[in-house]
Amino acid sequence: MQNISMTINGKPVSGDVEGRTLLVEFLRNDLHLTGTHVGCDTSQCGACAIHVNGIIVKSCTMFAADADGALVDTIEGQANADGSLNKIQQAFQDHHGLQCGFCTPGMVMAAADLLKNNPTPTEAEVRHHLDGNICRCTGYHNIIKAIMAASGQDVSAIAAE
Amino acid sequence: MPKDSGIGTSPKRREDIRFLTGNGKYTDDINLTGQSYAAFVRSDVAHGKINSIDTSAAENMAGVLAVFTGEDFADVGGNPAGWLINSRDGEPMKEPKRPVLAHGKVRHVGDAYAAVIAETAAQAQNAVDAINADITELPAIVDMATALASGSFVHDEIETNQCFDWGWIEDNRAATDAAIRSAPHVTTLSLVNNRLVPNAMESRASTADYDPGTGDYTLYTTSQNPHLTRLLICAFVLGIPENKLRVVSPDVGGGFGSKIYHYGEEALVLAAAKKLCRPVKWTASRSESFLTDAHGRDHVTKIELACEKDGTFIAFRTDTMANVGAYLSNFSTVTPTFLHGTLMAGNYTVPNVYVNVKAVFTNTAPVDAYRGAGRPEATYSLERVIDKCARELALDPIELRRKNFIKPDQFPYASAAGLEYDAGNYDALFDKLEEIVDFGGFKARRAESEKGGKLRGLGINSYIEACGIAPSNLVGILGARVGLYDAATVRVNATGNISVMVGAHSHGQGHATVFPQVVSEMLGVEENSIEIVHGDTSKIPFGMGSYGSRSLAVCGSAVVRATEKIINKATKIAAHMLEASESDIDFKDGKFSVSGTDKSVAFGEVAFKAYVPHDYPHDELEPGLEETAFYDPANFTYPSGAYACEVEVDPETGQVTVESFTAVDDFGNVINPMIVTGQVHGGIGQGIGQALLENCTYDENGQLLSASYMDYAMPRASDLPFYTVDHSCVTPCTHNPLGVKGCGEAGAIGSPPTIVNAVVDALHSGGHTHVTHIDMPVSPARVWSAINS
Amino acid sequence: MYNFDFVKPLNVADALVALASEEAQALGGGQTLIPTMKQRLASPEKLVSLSGISEMQGVDISGNIVTIGGATTHANVALAGAFEGLTGLAGGIGDPAVRNRGTIGGSLANNDPAACYPAAALATGATIVTNDREIDADDYFQGMFTTALEDVEIITAVRMPIPQVSNYQKFEQPASRFALVGVFVAKYADGVRVAVTGASENGVFRWSEAEGVLSTNFSADAILGMSVDSSEMISDLHGTKEYRANLVRVLTGRAVSSAS
Repeated sequence: MQNISMTINGKPVSGDVEGRTLLVEFLRNDLHLTGTHVGCDTSQCGACAIHVNGIIVKSCTMFAADADGALVDTIEGQANADGSLNKIQQAFQDHHGLQCGFCTPGMVMAAADLLKNNPTPTEAEVRHHLDGNICRCTGYHNIIKAIMAASGQDVSAIAAE
Repeated sequence: MPKDSGIGTSPKRREDIRFLTGNGKYTDDINLTGQSYAAFVRSDVAHGKINSIDTSAAENMAGVLAVFTGEDFADVGGNPAGWLINSRDGEPMKEPKRPVLAHGKVRHVGDAYAAVIAETAAQAQNAVDAINADITELPAIVDMATALASGSFVHDEIETNQCFDWGWIEDNRAATDAAIRSAPHVTTLSLVNNRLVPNAMESRASTADYDPGTGDYTLYTTSQNPHLTRLLICAFVLGIPENKLRVVSPDVGGGFGSKIYHYGEEALVLAAAKKLCRPVKWTASRSESFLTDAHGRDHVTKIELACEKDGTFIAFRTDTMANVGAYLSNFSTVTPTFLHGTLMAGNYTVPNVYVNVKAVFTNTAPVDAYRGAGRPEATYSLERVIDKCARELALDPIELRRKNFIKPDQFPYASAAGLEYDAGNYDALFDKLEEIVDFGGFKARRAESEKGGKLRGLGINSYIEACGIAPSNLVGILGARVGLYDAATVRVNATGNISVMVGAHSHGQGHATVFPQVVSEMLGVEENSIEIVHGDTSKIPFGMGSYGSRSLAVCGSAVVRATEKIINKATKIAAHMLEASESDIDFKDGKFSVSGTDKSVAFGEVAFKAYVPHDYPHDELEPGLEETAFYDPANFTYPSGAYACEVEVDPETGQVTVESFTAVDDFGNVINPMIVTGQVHGGIGQGIGQALLENCTYDENGQLLSASYMDYAMPRASDLPFYTVDHSCVTPCTHNPLGVKGCGEAGAIGSPPTIVNAVVDALHSGGHTHVTHIDMPVSPARVWSAINS
Repeated sequence: MYNFDFVKPLNVADALVALASEEAQALGGGQTLIPTMKQRLASPEKLVSLSGISEMQGVDISGNIVTIGGATTHANVALAGAFEGLTGLAGGIGDPAVRNRGTIGGSLANNDPAACYPAAALATGATIVTNDREIDADDYFQGMFTTALEDVEIITAVRMPIPQVSNYQKFEQPASRFALVGVFVAKYADGVRVAVTGASENGVFRWSEAEGVLSTNFSADAILGMSVDSSEMISDLHGTKEYRANLVRVLTGRAVSSAS
């Protein structure tokens, strides 16, 4: 066991972990931050996507000990300070960008990562940026639409309610 | 003024808030005090005889609390098939036992034959590795045709690998054969409906708890239908009294059919929790999901279409082998039969239809209903052979379909495959499709593609499906062992807010938002003061769950009936309060008034009176305002649609890209257009996945080759286009109170043939006219091979 | 996953000490190794993370040589923009999250037959720099998952001569998004190099016949009639040998066109 500490969603935390403890396990099991999900074991589905030191990573493919000292952001810290949905979250709700909700935390984190570096992405850029996030419910249409809307672009020409 | 709430509007989904902020609660998010962890020992061979299992080393390992093998469950029941199918000769299907843990033999890779319970998940996994089983590997039975001819059997006791040989409708067989023999034109097509892995993003998970003081069990599990799971566990497998088992399914992260069924892991954790008197938790890894979730499709079919030279259909005849895998899963026998054969007349006035389905046991994971369940297989066979026929007769594919459509004035229509379609207007769907899609501009778009070295194809399709599953009296005659009604309780609380307990269970469909729209419309109460309760057998009256596009058509109808009862009773209370005759009370916009006067009471006042009945006529009225209704549909519902897509094919690499996709569906009345649209999007995404990407494949030894996302191609954002979706063509369902048909499966039913039709069209435009069919998934390698064959 | 000790040294010397113990293994970005460990197909007793070693980070461009630290992530290689083929390759590996963790050193040390980086290293005639020596790319790759690396040897940097023009064409395996076939074409003053990944049972290889033809006539048309021997190509769920051989030719042509 080794003691690690990090800052998660602005709050300092620490805990004892084994070498093999994955970052997602530390989040879910030790800190009870269950918004970050596990959808596969081959590092592909992106349900576990979070930000470590400001960039998106898959928390199922990083050891907790490797995040010692890091700044970590998860879905639980994304809402506005008053608890209301942030711009991306609100766009997902407005455009029905989620159904079962399981991939959604990873999608929101991926969208935030994209818009930070590319404030007005094209449709193709949004789709490409989601290469590591699998959704089985939506056919992606409304996810793409929501992310483009969150970027301030007019999505009224994109079909459907 | 347009409505701003109730039926026909699109309020934002209230459940989204918790999902978007990380506050959803899925089964694996639940942790109970003192919980232990289960891990399963799974076969790494497809077929083997278990000689012995040595658990002694594992039992002595750190943290290990218990080890179970098949022997421990030899005396309890098996997980049953929910539907009895009789063969053409009248013999009932073969039903080998499906035990909690494999006993005597292992029958597919991933088949669990032992389980370990330990203090931690890691300790349980370590102990799994320490279990030594002596298993003699037997030849794997994988290919269906080989299985039918084989002298070795997946289940030795039944001495065959054929589960049943079903004919539909057997009495029509001779006439169909004769019609095909004498027909002026016959188009024949052999095709494979590729095996799929459902892949809900949340893998299966089950946590059991047992209270030794009361003898009560609680099972938290990822289920689309908690009551059905309870029924199967109690009545068939473990024999727990139903009133001693509470099944809770919290938020469910997708299902698509795979979470309808009861699985052995659920029974194991329950038995272990009782033995240890402490909670036992199990969460599948994705790798376990690939090996053990019920797979979908897997049909090998030969279809013949007989017609006149002008394209008038005379007969359809199909011959199908359907894989059921190593064991019968709960709906595995109805999926390739009554959910498939009965749809084989399509939207057409064809007089002769005969369907033969042989269900085959193999050393592969069980196969069961997956989004669409039988109906995608029917639609695919029909619409591919119709497309081929159109090409052979040089007829326009839309015109050929229109020529044979059932016309609006022919409804209700008794199809040659045994169903009575209540309503539809298939020409209107194509009219709408032709209005939306710029078919006239296709030539120019094709020319533009060709400039870039690509071939462009246009695919057309129509479908009908039967959903809103299902009328109990009909399915009972056909062999169902359960009723397929649903139930709802509407509880009006004293302060006027409302809880609606529903037997349907959302796993992404937005029930928490949609059902309140219905109740709000009927009671004139704000949607936000209505809450849905679901997914807990201790809180809801009963329910058969969510699958078969049934939640709104069946459970929604139960909600309507229960709400009507509420209105009836509230009207009595209002009459008393207003000192008027009940027959003089009008109820409108949430207000009871005495007709012809200005006397009225609000719904909330009536609710309060129901619970504070100080001056109540107790001889006439009970206190309280709560009503339950069970609703059993009179018929299936019959959504239908007209689809079109355009694809580009890169002839050098075989890569297919979907350039546009348009879906025009008739779902009857629509309660929430936003959610309906989302359901269609998702169905199309999965349908395109089946058509272009997804392929569950075993090798000849029964090893699963596509056992992870490294080899099973899930559709991703960059594989798919934006879709154009329309559901403005409405022929309301005639037999349920909302006039709704169901929309969950349509996209997955209508889209695969649309895509394949388009790819074949593209190849023909490039002169590759020898390619009349490519099996799904139409992968780059397959397209390239087809071009170069 | 079996347990192990996790150490994160801050310099190469300490990493080598840590790796010297038996059953120790280096951890790059972990994007391949961690999934492998989850399947219990790898069980090191000690895992030595290289991600804290600052001397192995970064991309340096001096004259015609780009030097990439062995622990540099794909994302940072893509950001550096050293030359077209490399930038495109690094920016197309996996997905954004994988690119933020996966490293060039980790990829080259693993030498997955479907990985992208081996194609870049071989096509540019890169020098693989380790703590101990420098290895020519032509000597480094020794078949799938096999390299010239010794047990305790870390790729500290990769040096690539910058080509006049270059391009990488990847045809993705539809599930994993690794290369079903990937072709890297690099044109130098003294000739053209063509490296192919994803296709061969022997791992990354140079298509020397195409190199010869393209060195005299750098155009897609020049290789139109050529074909590559398919006998030792991979045949699997996603494509036959013949299909892969076809892709090698098609993608080489496209890489040349895009690089021109």
